[in-house]
Amino acid sequence: MKQMVILSGKGGTGKTTVAAAFAHLASQELAIVMADADVDAANLELVLDPVRQEEHDFAGGKVAVIAGTKCTACGTCHQVCRFEAVIPGDEAYRVDSSACEGCAACTYRCPVEAIQMVEQRDGQWFRSDTRFGPLFHACLHAGRENSGKLVTLVKQQARLLAQDTGATLLLVDGPPGIGCPVISACAGMDLALHVVEPTLSGIHDLERVMATTDHFGVPSLVAINKADLNRARADEIAAFCASREVELVSCVPYDNVVTRAMVQGQPVTAYGDGPVTAALRDTWARVRKRLFSDDVGPREGGRPW
Amino acid sequence: MIVTVASGKGGTGKTTVAVNLALSLAARGGNPAAPLLLDCDVEEPNAALFLKLAIEDRRDVGQMVPEIDLARCTYCGRCAEVCQYHAIAVVGKRVLVFPELCHACGSCALNCPTGAIHEVLNVMGVLERGWAGPVEFAQGTMNVGEPMAAPIIRQLKRWTIPSDRGDRPIILDASPGTACPVVEAMRGADAALMVTEPTPFGLHDLRLAVEVARDELGLPVGVVINRDGVGDRGVETYCAAEGIPILMRIPLDRRIAEAYSEGIPLVEAYPTYRERFVGLWKRLEQLVHRQGGHCGQERKR
Repeated sequence: MKQMVILSGKGGTGKTTVAAAFAHLASQELAIVMADADVDAANLELVLDPVRQEEHDFAGGKVAVIAGTKCTACGTCHQVCRFEAVIPGDEAYRVDSSACEGCAACTYRCPVEAIQMVEQRDGQWFRSDTRFGPLFHACLHAGRENSGKLVTLVKQQARLLAQDTGATLLLVDGPPGIGCPVISACAGMDLALHVVEPTLSGIHDLERVMATTDHFGVPSLVAINKADLNRARADEIAAFCASREVELVSCVPYDNVVTRAMVQGQPVTAYGDGPVTAALRDTWARVRKRLFSDDVGPREGGRPW
Repeated sequence: MIVTVASGKGGTGKTTVAVNLALSLAARGGNPAAPLLLDCDVEEPNAALFLKLAIEDRRDVGQMVPEIDLARCTYCGRCAEVCQYHAIAVVGKRVLVFPELCHACGSCALNCPTGAIHEVLNVMGVLERGWAGPVEFAQGTMNVGEPMAAPIIRQLKRWTIPSDRGDRPIILDASPGTACPVVEAMRGADAALMVTEPTPFGLHDLRLAVEVARDELGLPVGVVINRDGVGDRGVETYCAAEGIPILMRIPLDRRIAEAYSEGIPLVEAYPTYRERFVGLWKRLEQLVHRQGGHCGQERKR
């Protein structure tokens, strides 16, 4: 089984558009399992029309809870908390659970044992069926921590099912950024496809996310989305890829059809034929070749303009 | 007034709105207080790409992680027992510290019976501050490979936000998503300004971001619709049903996207937007005033 993740650094560059297109195209040739690793803003389900088969709670961590009846308002917990999570009160102190990081320092220092660590339901994860294959996805509750942990869980479940059913591809739609959920999404991947826009910000963010995948030893490919928006910047990305010996697998043109497909809840490749669909078919063909060939050396990138 | 610009979904225009708000407020008539703009997307900071910056001060940022004084350590294992993050392990006569798992809570040092633990700075990134013309600017940049953004954001805020704010506009550009780095960027703000696009993805993530700002943190929330006209009417229907005001619309316009791609601020490419951003700020002030100027320190249920 091969595993790939779609990343971008910068948000909103088209990760999920590409992931949904790949799900549609890959499932015509291979048995696939999908995982949405953007657990704080999961969007893949919006274009895959999933039917939920399983639903599980995710308890990522604990938070401190002060028993008002035992609290003597001595203030020790407030002193030791470094996260400004303890709110003083005249008769009893309280914990702001949105600020509590679950370190339990207050629990250990409280002289009257008034504080307990209570498990918190931080989110839910799901196994769903889609017409392209099983999808594992999750929903981190608003503002919670431990998104990296939930990403790891979702991927682990997806991988187990893929192994059990003999699937040949695990396709992971990644989160933006370079922090803990991205690091969790990268773990164990054979390949990362970076979707980038030809903008100053896009280039800046690509460099950082690619440094992150390099750091964790995951080989990179690059696809430029909305490539015709700024051709000079697209050329700059192509040159950057060449200098890093990273294959530029495609340039997808800007077209409002992407949004129209999204509004209809469809992968753009299933919605209609056109330049975007053609470019994404080509992208998938190149990525597939790269994933399933033993030769992992750099190759010529394509520039369709 | 402190306003955090957020969105849930990435790439909706948070940085565009934050940067142009700051530039517009700085160019107001009279003698306006200098706006302070903080780029709190420490994983992928982009605001500086749109500004001509003069950095005046720079410092390492990180968190305090334990260092063990082996002369005092009795290998009792208490530190490993109290650490909720498995950042310390005591194996025989060895103590292993994993800085990337540490949350710098200090519990190990507090609970060590022999006082064998002191804390040292583990550098995770850099903070910078300076001026972009009349706008005071600061940003944090997390080192590649580091997992935790929230502590860097917390320290960026502590370093730069003055306790006596007067009538200075303070604008925080948050990262995408709805998890802890976004909460950290919103905590202590007077309002959250959500930048969204009128698409199913935009709406889905806007709902989640509103849950964080309004329902978890109790902040007044206003919306900017960017790329107005691109998708469907879902965002408007949602805002109407929830009573969330739409404070500004930026149309879908390829020329705006092209200026953005070159790092040219919208108000430089189209100066008429200045007044519109000043108007946006006024509407935000009214919104905060109407909701009692709540400071967002506590959760409102």
